[in-house]
Amino acid sequence: MTAHLPVLIVVLPLAAAVAVPLVALAFPKAAFAVACLALAAAGVASCAALSHVLAHGTLRYELGGWAPPWGIEYVVDPLSGGMGALITLIAVCVVVYAGPRANGGSAARSGMFHSLFLLLVTGLLGIVLTGDMFNLYVFLEISSLAAYALLASGGIRGTVATFRYLIVGTIAATFYLLGTGYLYALTGTLNMADMAARLTAVVDARAYGVAVVLTVIGLAIKAALFPLHGWLPDAYTYAPAPVTGFIAAVMAKVSAYALFRVLYFVTPAEGASAQALMLLGWVSVIAVLAGSILAMAQQDIRRMLAYSSVGQMGYIVLGFALGTPAALIGALLHLFGHAVMKGCLFLVVGGIQWRTGIYKISDYAGMGRRMPLTMAAFVVAALAMIGLPPTLGFFSKWYLLSGAVEARAWLFVAALVLSSLLGIVYFFRVFEFAYLKTPEAGQGTPPRQELPLHMLAPILVLTAAVLVFGLLNQQVVGGIIRHALPGALAP
Amino acid sequence: MSRYPLLAVLVSLLAAGAILLSDRRPNVREAWTFVAAAVKFLLVVSMLPTVLAGGVIEATYAELLPGWSLHLRADLFGLIFALLASGLWILTSIYSIGYMRAGHYTHQTGYFASFAVCLSATMGIAFAGNLITFFLFYEMLTLATYPLVVHDRTEEAVAAGRKYLAYTLGAGQLLLLALVAVAVLAPGESFQPGGFLMGKAPLGVLGLVFVLGLIGVGAKAAIMPLHGWLPAAMVAPTPVSALLHAVAVVKAGTFGCLRLVHYVFGVDLLRAMGADTVLAVAAALTILLASVRALGEQNLKRRLAYSTVSQLSYIVLGAALGSTAAVAGAMFHIVAHGFMKITLFFCAGAIYIKTHKLEIPDLAGLGRQMPITFGAFTLGALGLAGTPLCVGFVSKWNLGMGALQSGQAVFLAVFVASGILNFAYFFPIIYTAFFGRPGQAIRFDEANPALWAPLAATAVVSLILGIYPNAGLQFYHLAWTAAESVMAGAGQALAGGGMP
Repeated sequence: MTAHLPVLIVVLPLAAAVAVPLVALAFPKAAFAVACLALAAAGVASCAALSHVLAHGTLRYELGGWAPPWGIEYVVDPLSGGMGALITLIAVCVVVYAGPRANGGSAARSGMFHSLFLLLVTGLLGIVLTGDMFNLYVFLEISSLAAYALLASGGIRGTVATFRYLIVGTIAATFYLLGTGYLYALTGTLNMADMAARLTAVVDARAYGVAVVLTVIGLAIKAALFPLHGWLPDAYTYAPAPVTGFIAAVMAKVSAYALFRVLYFVTPAEGASAQALMLLGWVSVIAVLAGSILAMAQQDIRRMLAYSSVGQMGYIVLGFALGTPAALIGALLHLFGHAVMKGCLFLVVGGIQWRTGIYKISDYAGMGRRMPLTMAAFVVAALAMIGLPPTLGFFSKWYLLSGAVEARAWLFVAALVLSSLLGIVYFFRVFEFAYLKTPEAGQGTPPRQELPLHMLAPILVLTAAVLVFGLLNQQVVGGIIRHALPGALAP
Repeated sequence: MSRYPLLAVLVSLLAAGAILLSDRRPNVREAWTFVAAAVKFLLVVSMLPTVLAGGVIEATYAELLPGWSLHLRADLFGLIFALLASGLWILTSIYSIGYMRAGHYTHQTGYFASFAVCLSATMGIAFAGNLITFFLFYEMLTLATYPLVVHDRTEEAVAAGRKYLAYTLGAGQLLLLALVAVAVLAPGESFQPGGFLMGKAPLGVLGLVFVLGLIGVGAKAAIMPLHGWLPAAMVAPTPVSALLHAVAVVKAGTFGCLRLVHYVFGVDLLRAMGADTVLAVAAALTILLASVRALGEQNLKRRLAYSTVSQLSYIVLGAALGSTAAVAGAMFHIVAHGFMKITLFFCAGAIYIKTHKLEIPDLAGLGRQMPITFGAFTLGALGLAGTPLCVGFVSKWNLGMGALQSGQAVFLAVFVASGILNFAYFFPIIYTAFFGRPGQAIRFDEANPALWAPLAATAVVSLILGIYPNAGLQFYHLAWTAAESVMAGAGQALAGGGMP
């Protein structure tokens, strides 16, 4: 059973994705239950796989019995196992939040939604679990196509934004595919572990440099790293709330994971990848600041959060670029933390829009009284985004800062601090409206409009996770993340 | 017993939750505040005998960062601050209820809940055993105070809130940088009397870390030029100004300053860096300049705010002078200034609720209308100026002695000059109140007892402590013992660590 866990994590949601539309036709009410069960089962499977890996070492699975490096291999190591657990955790929260009547209400449409959502989760889980460069591309496309369809379901502006994302995303995937092609031409293998062993011999080849550049650009577009972020704000803004909540939380993170996987586990530490990381470091400093500044300029809270994501992706890539153990821990912890925090924030904002139709920051006046629990969750998650103790966001920032101090990268230190200060500005602006301004006179006090339980519960779970994992961050760091670092840096 | 510090922190945090849930029943809500205040005070007092006997009550909880746990420890110095804040919370709660109800304030539930969270944070700061625990509660205090500053929800209040956040959270980020640096240089160290950084890095690096940390705690301690938020924050309801902007928040800054100087760096390291002179000069300038600014303010609360800025730097100066008497005086001045300044703010609030007047020329004749209030005001003002038999004299005497002990008599002159300036800006208020000619006839008309009873109590306490500094909770003894342990620790650090 344990031996089959790696593939089970991917197959469960995939099978459910096929089954859900059919079930929805026959038993409209059962479709939602099937989706929930499949994701919960995938979650249990990935947690079981993770704990097995932490106790007994890496778990490998040969797909169809074809031995690597010829066959496709699925690998659960602490890094991919942790990512799998994270993706399924957020997925379960979001599917509960979306509820049985997701996307318009009718059973058929809700069946479509759940099917696409499961397909998206399948794609993302595949990306993190596969040990094969080309298979990663396949899953990248599966997840992207599912994401396009989901994003486009948010009305006409959503469709336009998605079309733009589709073009950009396809270009990104093509870049990645080209890079993989070059690597294949150089090494004759697609298996990551095998490729890593063979690449050391060809570090000096010019084609290798080209391959690294193409792969990094492709994944950086997918990760929305400034200045390749253009697709992100519109796509996040006009999509349905659960979709944005999920995509903002994990989709860019998975691309960041792929970047980390390629640069630290596949390509040799010297040569082109080191230069790419150095360049990424400078780019991400700009990303951190530009994302925060652009977020300050927004009137639409969804766009504000989207630009804030651009900045936060900079944090993660910055940690990768610094490359010291503390910085990598910080980057991975922030990858986890930001998924939880930003997922929570987008679910809150989407819920408020669903309930009241409000998405402009200036219309948030009095929201603290109308939706007290929802706004309280927003406050906690926002404080975590700023990086105040004892939230998860503080500790990831701590590791990033100490990594930067250890590496004597003073400019990076300054950028991190400055970005926190900018975060204070744009989040407290929302607090001021929500808690200090009263709505326009003449309407009286608006009634309490708290979200229904199935939407509120996932928000509160994520809020609690921000605090609990903050206080227990040493368990996460010592138990999982330290083991997820590349061999030379692991304890 | 080892869990008492944690309980003292948690009790008001739980109370805050209960207060929020009792939104619709004001009397139940206020009961929670009193229960929490009483329990907290009893918890803190029950730790006093052990600590006085030379013990330390401590426990560590979740590991927050490698080697740095959530570490709560009641030592001599921490207990001084905890006793002061928890004791005054009881009185302030009585006063708050009188004030908020008489003033017909809205959003009282949020007010009392925030207040309770502030007190949790203050206890956390007092009992923090290492820098990360300190920082955690320090930032928590900033956040919990923000709703109180903006409580009126006017344009002015919102602007003051922004200013407050800009100063305190901005400084907090610099403190965070200092923390990261300390964590890199000396991982996992707890606060130690005499400091632990000697010889860990070149003096230049340590100097930079010190400056970052000092700005971090100095913003709350309102060392000039980081004081701008304090007069602006006077827009908050007066009980907030009283407990938070005279006791909890600003004292957290000075408390942090003493912890940083004497429990992280150590006075010898400070002298080796030359930072003691810089800090002392900054504090001395703040004392004098803020007193002069106070002279120019016509609004009573703003004048008190500048007086606070000036008095806080007594404590900073005492820390920088670094002799036993100076440190003891600085620690005792935390208590002394706490009692005196809370009296003055209570008076300002009582006057405002009764007459809606806060401009000093408008106070003419009010002393005869409100004799208890203005009697207490006079006692507090005399104490702040350092008149013998008042508590302010005790701390000032020690600070002055400390200046002579460390051979820097010039700072004695600063204390004396400041005393004169104190008389200069308080005397006109008292004179106007008692002898000024009012517009209409005067008859006895005090504010309600919930307002005048607490202020009379604090005034009497500051008189008693002036005559018997060890009365009751033995603050004076605590301060001297803590100062002596710091000096002993500094001697050891010098012998053990050696000069870099």
